[in-house]
This record gives sequence, structure tokens and C-alpha cells, in this order.
Amino acid sequence: MPADAASPPVPAVDRRPHALRSAIEEPAWVRAILITIGLAFIGLFLVLPLTSVFVEALRKGLAAYFDALATPDALAAIRLTLLVAAIAVPCNLVFGVVAAWAIAKFEFPGKSILITFIDLPFSVSPVVAGLIYVLLFGAHGWLGPWLREHDIQIIFAVPGIVLATIFVTFPFVARELIPLMQEQGTEEEEAALSLGASGWQTFWYVTLPNIKWALLYGVLLCNARAMGEFGAVSVVSGHIRGLTNTMPLHVEILYNEYNFVGAFAVASLLAFLALVTLILKSLLEWRYGHELALPRR
Amino acid sequence: MTSLANVLPRRAPSVLPGFGPALGFTLSYLGLIVLIPLAALVLRPWELGFAGFVAAVTEPRVLAALRLSFGASLIAAAINAVFGLIVAWILVRYRFPGKRVVDALVDLPFALPTAVAGVALTALYAPNGWIGSLLQPLGIQVAFTPLGVVVALTFIGLPFVVRTVQPVLQDLEREVEEAAASLGASRLQTMVRVILPAILPALLTGFALALARAVGEYGSVIFIAGNMPMVSEIAPLLIVIKLEQYDYAGAAAVGVAMLIIAFAMLLVLNLLQRWNRAR
Repeated sequence: MPADAASPPVPAVDRRPHALRSAIEEPAWVRAILITIGLAFIGLFLVLPLTSVFVEALRKGLAAYFDALATPDALAAIRLTLLVAAIAVPCNLVFGVVAAWAIAKFEFPGKSILITFIDLPFSVSPVVAGLIYVLLFGAHGWLGPWLREHDIQIIFAVPGIVLATIFVTFPFVARELIPLMQEQGTEEEEAALSLGASGWQTFWYVTLPNIKWALLYGVLLCNARAMGEFGAVSVVSGHIRGLTNTMPLHVEILYNEYNFVGAFAVASLLAFLALVTLILKSLLEWRYGHELALPRR
Repeated sequence: MTSLANVLPRRAPSVLPGFGPALGFTLSYLGLIVLIPLAALVLRPWELGFAGFVAAVTEPRVLAALRLSFGASLIAAAINAVFGLIVAWILVRYRFPGKRVVDALVDLPFALPTAVAGVALTALYAPNGWIGSLLQPLGIQVAFTPLGVVVALTFIGLPFVVRTVQPVLQDLEREVEEAAASLGASRLQTMVRVILPAILPALLTGFALALARAVGEYGSVIFIAGNMPMVSEIAPLLIVIKLEQYDYAGAAAVGVAMLIIAFAMLLVLNLLQRWNRAR
């Protein structure tokens, strides 16, 4: 957490009388036990699974690992995952900025309901997220017959995967920006406008520099989820190899075929992406914590 | 700062441009991506009629799946409440080597794709895995049983309690603890009577968030669960199975049942947060 750099929980030179200090600290053995329990829990539930992904992937050596990644199906899955993220993330980026502009910079009735609706996709099961698009666009869905007449395929095709991914990553950027921009208020923008800047100039030169790190933070989380989404995409994809198979779906297929080295090789790429995301996220929190939304300070 | 904002009169109408287009775009995008598709879900099961809907969600297999989903989620959230509190406590109060790495690692379940978590946990807890082979002689089987579902849901919910409790612990004033100590309270009494009440709302919020996330979870569970009908089959999987049989209305019925329960939990969560703020 960023705060422990600024104000260490236990000051290096504690000027409180010894008796008082020991009265608000646990005995050393209690501290040791709590730290052991905490680290054991983290080790068991986080470190061990993460390590096992890489160990299983490399179980038959580096050559087998790279062979597994170089198959056409794996490469197609990687390409599709990148494509889907390249569409879904910018869509939600634009939406997040626009929604935050409307919500944070203006007063209007029904604002809190709107924010609740924007957060809604986070409380919907990923499977339900996929299901709603099948109900709309599937063969027996509301628009199914019309789509078939016009030869448009959404479900079991790339557009469905993109839609489901947009749904599950919907709130990421908006929820980073709204609290931050609310806190920043409108004074700087008003000053720029009164000095003769146009609306766009105000946005580009005043608002955007103020929110850029929070924006990057939101995009980072949005991208990680977009590339890793499984449940929602699984429902709409149809699992057609080489065509509608994203990386997480490819992991499932290989795993169910008992091709463990292949499954874990693809999984290791995703785990690597998760690690990079965590590192960048921590760097942003440590370096620019004061420019992110309040709870992260 | 917030109290000042509450005292001051509401902000004058903004002079900033772009409100109309921005709100218009926000509402249309929200409507197209989220609200209309969700409406399709909510309306769909009623083609079965009310009796049909009730019959669809009270089928023994559906009930068993809902029971497992919510039961395992409750257990996993409770595990996370206890251990998440300990992790938050040691991260805020103690110093130990590797603390920053541990702090960053807590968010791993947010960043790691659920399918990857699923295959990794299955490999660990399978009878020939690192942990599974240790538990095997004790007669405990985790993978392919409801216990495996709990393990996966614990992984998924791990960050919530830590991340909601951590900032509250950080803001806790040590002076209050000093006052309690100087008035003769033992450390344990201070912990239970002073610190715990202060962080309880955050703890409950984290618990509810972990629970809500776990109930809908799919990717990390289906690999380790074994997916035996009536035993280790979760509700989201049932939706997938019904869809594969082209039983759209049945799938939507289960989806709506989950949505209603999730909404109820969201409501409780909001009430908890309001209670938290009012204190």
C-alpha cells in the first residue's frame, strides 16, 4: 500500500513511553503467529497455484513448451484474444471517460441510480453475461430470426465474444474516473474556459492530464479482464477451434483433452500477463497513488 | 472536506460544455450493452408462465446447484473474512520481509484469468498433485468434490476482505488504543472492544463482496468441481448445460433466480455501507 511509505505504521523512533508502547502492541509471539498464519494463507492460496502454472507448463522441458505454443490453434487463440481486447478496451475507455465527464462534472437527478447501473455488470455472473446475448441474438433469441434472414452471425462468432467481453469489463474505467473527477471538481476547467479555451482544448489540456494515471489504471484492469474472461465468452463462443477460441477457452479445450503441457503453456502466458498487470498496477499505486481515486491512497 | 461540501449550497449549474452529448452517449451505451440485454433475460422465463418459472427453478437438480453455489460461497467468504482480516492486519501493523510483494500479490485473483486459476488449483489438489498427494493418506479428497468448490471460491474471494479492511485499519487512530490501554484494558480487550467494532462494517462489506463474486463464479470452479449432478454442480454451470440443450427459458429462469438473489445481497451490502457511513 502506498501509505506505508509515507507514514510507517510503527515509527522508527517511537517516543512514547515504553509501557504505553507495549500496551498497544501485541507480544512478539502473537505477532509471529499472526504473520505466519497470514503468510501461510497467501502461500497456500496464491503463491502455490501461481507457481504450479509455470512448473506444469515446463514439466516436459522448454522445447515441448514452445512447441505447444507454436501450434496453429494456439496462435489463432492468441490472435483472437488480442483482437477482442483491442476492440473491447477502447470502447469501454471512451465510455468511461464520457460517462465520468457527465457524472462528475454536472449535477442532475438520478445520478446515483446511473452509477449503480454502471456497476451492475460486476454483480452479474459471467455466465449470465453470456446468456443475455444468447437470448437476444441466438438462434432462438429475440433477434435470431431477423439476423438469420440477413445472414449476420453474432453468437458463436467474434461479435458475440466482443460484446460479452465489453459487458464484463464495462465498469472498470468509469469507476476509476468518477470518484477522482468528482473530487477534482470543475474549477480548473472553468478557469480554462474563461481564459478562452474551447471545450475540446479544455478537455485535452486540463482534464486529461489530471486523470491520466487513473485512466491508465482503469485500462490496465480492463485489459487484464478482457484478455482473461472465460465464463461469459465460453457461453457465446461455440468453441470453434482456430475461429472462436480465445486463450482461456483454449486452455479449457487442451485441459479436457489431457494435453496438460499445452494447457499450462497457454495458461502460463495468461499468468505472465497477470503478473505484468500486478507489477504495473503496484507501480502506479506507489508512484502516483495521490493521483488515483481516494481509496487507494 | 466532505462535511464542508454538505454544508455549502449545491453547486451552481455548470458552465462546462458537453453535458447533453455526454449523458446521451452514456445512456445509449449503457442501454444497448447492459440494460436491454438484461431486460431480455428478465422477460424470457415468463414464456413458461409463473408456474412454469417456479417449476423450472425448483427442479431438484436446480435446487441442489443453487444450494451448493450459495453454501460453498458462504463458507468461502467466511474463510476469507477470518484470514483476510489477519492478512490486512499484518500488512498494516507489522513489518516483515517481502511485505510489499505480499501486498501486491493479494490482487492476484483479480488479475489471473479464472480458467488459469481453475486448472492450477485442480493440478494442486488432484490426488497426484502437490497438495492432493499430502491429503490423500489422510482420507481427504478436495478435487472433484464440493470441498474443491470451496477452495476455488476462497481463491476468487481472497482480495475483497483484505482490500476493504486495509484502508480502515490504516485510518484507525492509535490514540484510541492508547486511551483504552491507559484506562486499564488488556491488549485483548482493546482488540475485541475497540478495534473490532471499528472495522466490523468494512469486514462485513468485504464478506458480502466476496460472497457476491463467489456465487456467480464459473471459470475457476468447473475444473476442480468434477461437476457431478446433485453433488458438485454449481448454478452457473447448470445455465450452460441448459443452453447446450437449447432450453433457453430454463436457462433464463436459473439466471433470473441467481440475479434476484444477487440483487438481494447487493441491497444488504448497500445498507451495510450506509450503516458504516452513518457511524
